[in-house]
Amino acid sequence: MDKFLQNPIVQWIEYRLPIFSFMNHSIVVYPTPRNLNYWWNFGSLAGIALTIQIVTGIVLAFHYTPQADLAFASVEHIMRNVNYGWLLRYVHANGGSMFFIVVFIHLFRGMYYGSYKAPREILWMLGVVILLMMMATAFMGYVLPWGQMSYWGATVITNMFTAFPIVGDWLTTLLWGGFVVDNPTLNRFFSLHYLLPFMIVGVVVVQLWGLHVHKPTNPLGIGMKGPQDSLPFHPYYTFKDMFGLGVFLLVFAWLVFFAPNLLGEADNYIPANPLVTPPHIVPEWYFLPFYAILRAIPDKLMGVIGMFGATLILFLLPWLDTCKVRSAKFRPFFKMAFWLFVADVLILGWVGKNSPEGMFIIIGRVASVYYFAHFLVILPLLGKFEPTRPLPESIGKPVLKGGGEMASGAVAAKMEKS
Amino acid sequence: MMRGLMGAAAAAIVLVGLAGPATAAEDKLPAQNWSFDGVFGSYDRAALQRGFQVYQEVCAGCHGVKYIAFRNLTELGLDEGQVKAIAAEYEVEGGPDDDGEMFTRPAILSDYLPEPFANDNAARASNNGALPPDLSLMAKARTGGPDYLYALLTDGYADPPDDVMLGEGMSYNRYFRGNQIAMPPPLDDDAVEYTDGTSATVEQMSLDVVHFLMWAAEPKLEARKRMGIKVILFLLVLTALLYASKRRIWSRVDH
Repeated sequence: MDKFLQNPIVQWIEYRLPIFSFMNHSIVVYPTPRNLNYWWNFGSLAGIALTIQIVTGIVLAFHYTPQADLAFASVEHIMRNVNYGWLLRYVHANGGSMFFIVVFIHLFRGMYYGSYKAPREILWMLGVVILLMMMATAFMGYVLPWGQMSYWGATVITNMFTAFPIVGDWLTTLLWGGFVVDNPTLNRFFSLHYLLPFMIVGVVVVQLWGLHVHKPTNPLGIGMKGPQDSLPFHPYYTFKDMFGLGVFLLVFAWLVFFAPNLLGEADNYIPANPLVTPPHIVPEWYFLPFYAILRAIPDKLMGVIGMFGATLILFLLPWLDTCKVRSAKFRPFFKMAFWLFVADVLILGWVGKNSPEGMFIIIGRVASVYYFAHFLVILPLLGKFEPTRPLPESIGKPVLKGGGEMASGAVAAKMEKS
Repeated sequence: MMRGLMGAAAAAIVLVGLAGPATAAEDKLPAQNWSFDGVFGSYDRAALQRGFQVYQEVCAGCHGVKYIAFRNLTELGLDEGQVKAIAAEYEVEGGPDDDGEMFTRPAILSDYLPEPFANDNAARASNNGALPPDLSLMAKARTGGPDYLYALLTDGYADPPDDVMLGEGMSYNRYFRGNQIAMPPPLDDDAVEYTDGTSATVEQMSLDVVHFLMWAAEPKLEARKRMGIKVILFLLVLTALLYASKRRIWSRVDH
């Protein structure tokens, strides 16, 4: 790198735009906690998934026609006549699912290791903003093929906005561009589906900027105290991330090449028909837990509030969890609560997939109540009463002194300012 | 956390398995052995050609395959001359000519297979009010895919249970959603005469026509699977090398 920086052309540019020292500072020598485990791979994977979606999406838009009478046929044109069109579309359709898998793991990692705690609250909130924008983007993208599930999914979701008092009807008409889901809806969803990913990129840049101020947290949840606690990002984390990318691409490739329709709905290969309602309208898998909450609440407006609230409550997480210890490693009861919460979300997903009848109504309601209780009751109580285990003195000490043991007799739960 | 997540992943897989679509009144589908299944799956060209024959002689009276062009039929293992001859048997609308008149002409390779009815109303008028769906994507547009279509065409048709009252002109089918289907049993033994000497039983014709419909729905399946094998092999090697590199780099430091 030093030799590179001495190149006269590089120096000429560097003097005018210090991009090389910026890169060197941010992704080469960038000091990163030396103990990050593989759960920290999912941030960079999310960035890669976003990039894949943008690139395939731009090329798909070369061939796609956002017009209600032509959209379905244009997707089939991509699948049949465009060179490698089938590949582009299957990568884009499954890429959405891969993006959500990666982001959900990233989010749960943040919850487990308390990544949202001071001074990283804004990073966390920016992440929730990205999640919300992803959801809007994915929902509108699913409408574009204009199949039965596209059309009826759009109808169900946009109808929810009518539940809001006063502005509801106005808002829904604005979303539809008319009085039903129709061609104007498809046009604006296409336009916004193209716009939002670039706005996500903008928020990602801001989030990375924030991340580079206080650096990532780590599995121990204690701050870096000196050079012995960190490693330069390159080559240690570049190679760890690239290995993770290989595993990610293997899973992704298996889906695209051998099970491209596994996560889709068969009904979306039927062209949209406003006169025929499919017997089971189900959203894409990543919306199922939220869909379950929507249906668990008998009142329409409260259901909608519950569904949006399930995501919006994440904004408050840094203040609902008052415990000063970040990592679940040192919080035995929080650890249990975390896994119960994961199980609860999976159960909600399962309920969302099934028709709301019989036992699914009861399970859905209990799981929905538990979802909110986790944030509003369990976390605040744990913050008050949970006995936490002692924190190690430093990140580097356990590994550098040769002994794998956590420094015994370390000072009890005292949060370090990182 | 790793063990916990593995547990969660296992639970998720179980849940997804349990979350299959609710089929209350419809019977479970028996799985068939398709040559296009699996990682190395490919289409059986003879079955595709027989299936196209069944489509032409039986299904095409009511059902279109509007996303299939004659040029695509070379993928069934027919040569260009054979496909041109097939196309020439169809009349399509051409024009307008220099006088502004539309005319009919024999189809050519670039034409799409003609649809059986001029519009949906004409289709309904000829079919007791029911609209025969286009079959181009049928093998992907129903849960169960080819297995569902095969079951529907073969032992799906049965005498209705005593407590089921069928609508006029409707048939009972075990696998059809709601069990009442407007399509009468479409196949009888020897409904077509296969040129390759295969015995045209209902089961054989069903296997063949479903094979053809799977190709119609997913014509790039073979290219996809062939590329998939190469991509996965490449990624396995690349990932192994990256893992070795990562290990080697990290061996320089205690961690």
